[in-house]
Amino acid sequence: MKHAGRAGWWIVFIAGFLYFFVPLYGTLDFSLKSKPFLSAYTAITTDSQFTSTLLYSFIAGVLTIIVSILIIVPTAFWVRLKFPRIRPLIEFITLLPFVIPPIILVFGLINTYSKQPLALTNTDTGSNALLVAAYVVLSFPYMYRAVDTGLRAIDIQSLTEASQSLGAGWIRILWQVILPNLRTSLLSGAFLTLAIVVGEFTIATFLARPAFAPYLAIVGDERPYEQAALALVSFGITWVAMVGIAILGRGTGGRGRFTAAR
Amino acid sequence: MSFLELTGIQKRFGDVAAVQDFNLAAERGEFVSFLGPSGCGKTTTLRMIAGFERPTAGRIVVNGVDITDQSPNQRNVGMVFQSYALFPNMTVAANIGFGLRVRRRPKTEVRRRVGELLDLIHLPDKADRYPWQLSGGQQQRVALARALAIEPQVLLLDEPLSALDAKIRVVLRHEIRTIQRELGITTVYVTHDQEEALSLSDRIVVMSEGRVEQIGTPFQVYNFPSTAFVASFVGTLNVLDATVVDAASGQLTVAGQSISTGRPLIGAGAPGATLPIALRPEMLSIGAEGHANAVSGTVEDVTFLGSIVRIRVRIDGGGPLVSADTFNDPSLTVPERGSATSLTFPANAVLVLDAPPVESVEDLIAEA
Repeated sequence: MKHAGRAGWWIVFIAGFLYFFVPLYGTLDFSLKSKPFLSAYTAITTDSQFTSTLLYSFIAGVLTIIVSILIIVPTAFWVRLKFPRIRPLIEFITLLPFVIPPIILVFGLINTYSKQPLALTNTDTGSNALLVAAYVVLSFPYMYRAVDTGLRAIDIQSLTEASQSLGAGWIRILWQVILPNLRTSLLSGAFLTLAIVVGEFTIATFLARPAFAPYLAIVGDERPYEQAALALVSFGITWVAMVGIAILGRGTGGRGRFTAAR
Repeated sequence: MSFLELTGIQKRFGDVAAVQDFNLAAERGEFVSFLGPSGCGKTTTLRMIAGFERPTAGRIVVNGVDITDQSPNQRNVGMVFQSYALFPNMTVAANIGFGLRVRRRPKTEVRRRVGELLDLIHLPDKADRYPWQLSGGQQQRVALARALAIEPQVLLLDEPLSALDAKIRVVLRHEIRTIQRELGITTVYVTHDQEEALSLSDRIVVMSEGRVEQIGTPFQVYNFPSTAFVASFVGTLNVLDATVVDAASGQLTVAGQSISTGRPLIGAGAPGATLPIALRPEMLSIGAEGHANAVSGTVEDVTFLGSIVRIRVRIDGGGPLVSADTFNDPSLTVPERGSATSLTFPANAVLVLDAPPVESVEDLIAEA
């Protein structure tokens, strides 16, 4: 019985591994078919647009993460602390991006912000701001859930009251007490947000932003081997970025663990 | 004028009156405990002093300043929480120094004060540890030091020892009291543990269902409970149904055996009426002479509780089971189960629950 259980776990693990890595292997195999060997990879590394679009998407991702944290953390904190009854409503609102397709979102943004006095699509700065705002909305379900889960794991009421009894105001409480204890949750929200932003195509295309996913699609129209190589390289860079975030976010052992009596 | 005054304090949550007509005047440096069962309003009252709950009515004055409408971070009131509420992302030193940094004290002053407090709580080598690296007792000491660091006007403690085991509780409560006496801080301590309240306090506020049942010193509250609730909640109690023989002279019977209270029983009722009375186990002696009352019975059980031996006696004539406590003495002759014995007690050991035991506390003190 024990052996059957262990064998079952191995089957699941192998199936998951194959499901994840077989397409990657297929992409790698296809990218290596270019002649001469590895020419697809040398082509993209010498393409300045590869660097610029990937950098653009990463910067958009970082800005999205920052804005998302600034919106979500105080909201989730306040709702948990003062208005726990409206949590289901807030959760519903944050899940709306799952329901509204990005194409609808971007057409709504263009329709609203292409006319005076709110004409933002006329300038690069305005369009960049719209892109980040759209990405913030897309990140809501992931960031809110991550933050809410993190808040659930700490006794925010006692920590807040302890801070207040020592003279702290709300900004200090959020900055010095709550945020540091949400590090793990914020990281997981950040991972998902970054992955979504780097891979997002629709909104970036319709706002005519020099993001990575539209560049990937353009390259694929004419240069399939380079497209496959691009996909793998960006995948690898995104993974490295996530590992980097994880390493940066790792503090001294146990920080954030809450062991107070309940 | 007292240092801490709560006048006409009320708190309602919708239709529920959590605290009703709470009045207290505490002097500077006094240690006052709020004692009562869960849901009696003691923590709610404490939270109103801290500013985490707003009173529905009434005023709170500290050192002549009305703080009722002040936000919690303006009151300079230190608080120690049941859950410790240490900041997990900060070291012990950073936790203790938090309030000082909020007040923008110079770094040198913060370092000095943190060092002093670490010495005070006997944890000088734990400055760089994180809360999760400390035991429960150590965490609670750090929480106390953090509350004291800001030199609060009033120190509030909300059942700070309830999560700790019995031995640590005893040690820590002694330390808390020693530190409080040394610093002379007016302190309000919430607990449901009567032993804590009796051993720590200058005065105890006994609460039940949002109301104050009695305010007095531990001696007064324990020996002269003013209501049936206080009598039954504070200390162990034998409750018996007695029959009135003569209220004017304080004569009763229990299971047909005479008992004298030695004082008139006001409002006790006519002869033959039932009157609930109570006897503290430590006031009962087995077979001793020289007391006003002696009731015969049969020993049903003898229990060793360490320093106390509890003897349970069934009163003859179909009477109730009564516990008598005596100090454990190796030379003591412990009665055997099933043996006949007599329970003796002085007249003033009889507590009448439905009628006031005496006209005034001063009368009883004079009698004793």
